[in-house]
Amino acid sequence: MSRRGDWVYENNGGTCVAIAGADYCVIAADTRLSVGYSILTRDHSKICELADKCVLASSGFQGDIKALHKNLAARELLYQHQHNKRMSCPAMAQLLSNTLYYKRFFPYYAFNVLGGLDSEGKGCVFTYDAVGSYERTGYSAQGTGSTLIMPVLDNQLKSPSPLLLPARDAVTPLSETEAIDLVKDVFASATERDIYTGDKLEIVVVNKAGTRREYIDLRKD
Amino acid sequence: MFRNQYDTDVTTFSPHGRIFQMEYAMEAVKQGAATVGLCSCTHAVLVASNKPASELSSFQRKVFRVADHVGVAFSGLTADGRVLTKFLRNECINHAFVYEAQLPVSRLALRLADKAQVCTQRSWKRPYGVGLLVAGLDETGPHLYYNCPSGNYFEYQAFAIGSRSQAAKTFLERKFEGFNKYTPEQLIKDALSAIKETLQGEKLTSSNCTVAIVGRIEDGTAEPFQVVDTKRIQAIIDSMEAAEEAPAEPSSMQEEDKGSDAAPMDI
Repeated sequence: MSRRGDWVYENNGGTCVAIAGADYCVIAADTRLSVGYSILTRDHSKICELADKCVLASSGFQGDIKALHKNLAARELLYQHQHNKRMSCPAMAQLLSNTLYYKRFFPYYAFNVLGGLDSEGKGCVFTYDAVGSYERTGYSAQGTGSTLIMPVLDNQLKSPSPLLLPARDAVTPLSETEAIDLVKDVFASATERDIYTGDKLEIVVVNKAGTRREYIDLRKD
Repeated sequence: MFRNQYDTDVTTFSPHGRIFQMEYAMEAVKQGAATVGLCSCTHAVLVASNKPASELSSFQRKVFRVADHVGVAFSGLTADGRVLTKFLRNECINHAFVYEAQLPVSRLALRLADKAQVCTQRSWKRPYGVGLLVAGLDETGPHLYYNCPSGNYFEYQAFAIGSRSQAAKTFLERKFEGFNKYTPEQLIKDALSAIKETLQGEKLTSSNCTVAIVGRIEDGTAEPFQVVDTKRIQAIIDSMEAAEEAPAEPSSMQEEDKGSDAAPMDI
């Protein structure tokens, strides 16, 4: 794919989506790992539960993603020891941004979406680029299928403009089941046209009762 | 008589082959508040007695979780203990990061001992003035180690350190042979009884001791290292006291026997 002899990255494909609700957050990612036009495995998780209310989904280069997730998990454990509590989602969001920027001149090839509940119990989603620029939003998609999914989410989730006053919440008024159904639909659509997305969809839902996981089959071609 | 000449530096031996600074560091451990550790074949328990510096202050924390599978309790210069705890936590995290596996307890005790040894062989350092009881669970079962300021470490079935620990040790020496078969509840009870021996008459309550337990429960899953809730401790203490009072009532002869048993420990 690349003519440079020193190209150390590869894109293992895949798509990640997260949607924040009033008291829940849905984080989803497909489970296909590819390289070039080949599939490496149909059963690889891109999701990492960093804290009890904080879940990270990343797509991109799997080697960098694994290293990034391990790094953050170790930092979270250190935080737990020092502060006697688990890291909140906004705190982890800042830590992820700093960790990514730390490698500004040899980046983690990882496109991240962080989702969970903030300290007030409201859903939050943070979306990143490869070097740590981040923003809190009500929903986001990253990865090879993101260009197919994002416009649909924009249409369905009717996010108010950030220019409006008074400032309005970006979180969706949809219920948890409606949000999950929307996620399933957008992934089904992305699977149709994106060759790197498919096989299975892993959905993680975080709410005040805890965290639960669901698996849905997607097209395997 | 010659102690004063050879005790300025930790790098000076005495003519009798002793390093006095190291021994003074071990004295610091003996002056600290008592701490007790016990092991069965499934669980390890640590109990520390909480001595507040004054009536107005809160007590010093002496039991810390180092990782899910291991924790420490210490006696002596508690500030040194805190710093060593941070070191142990880092070691566990780094090991798990590199090897995706828990650091075995013996290796952790070894790393701590090596760190302590360094301070006994540098002229610009001083030994850590704290003794640590390291209790943890790994693939080979639960373990209890005692780490000295000298850099030595030993594995124990049960041990007590700190002031008036001899009373606790005597109690443990009588009972330790049965520990392997104990349930976690019995282990906590005996640990509390051991700490009670060091209190010298003062009443044992859930506010003057801290208990932590780690182990493997019957179905094979590991119970992570955690400090036991004060309510549960108070319930256990209450049941211990009820058990003590009940058999004493029917016969005063029994009470006298218990009295003669207790006398040596009071000294």
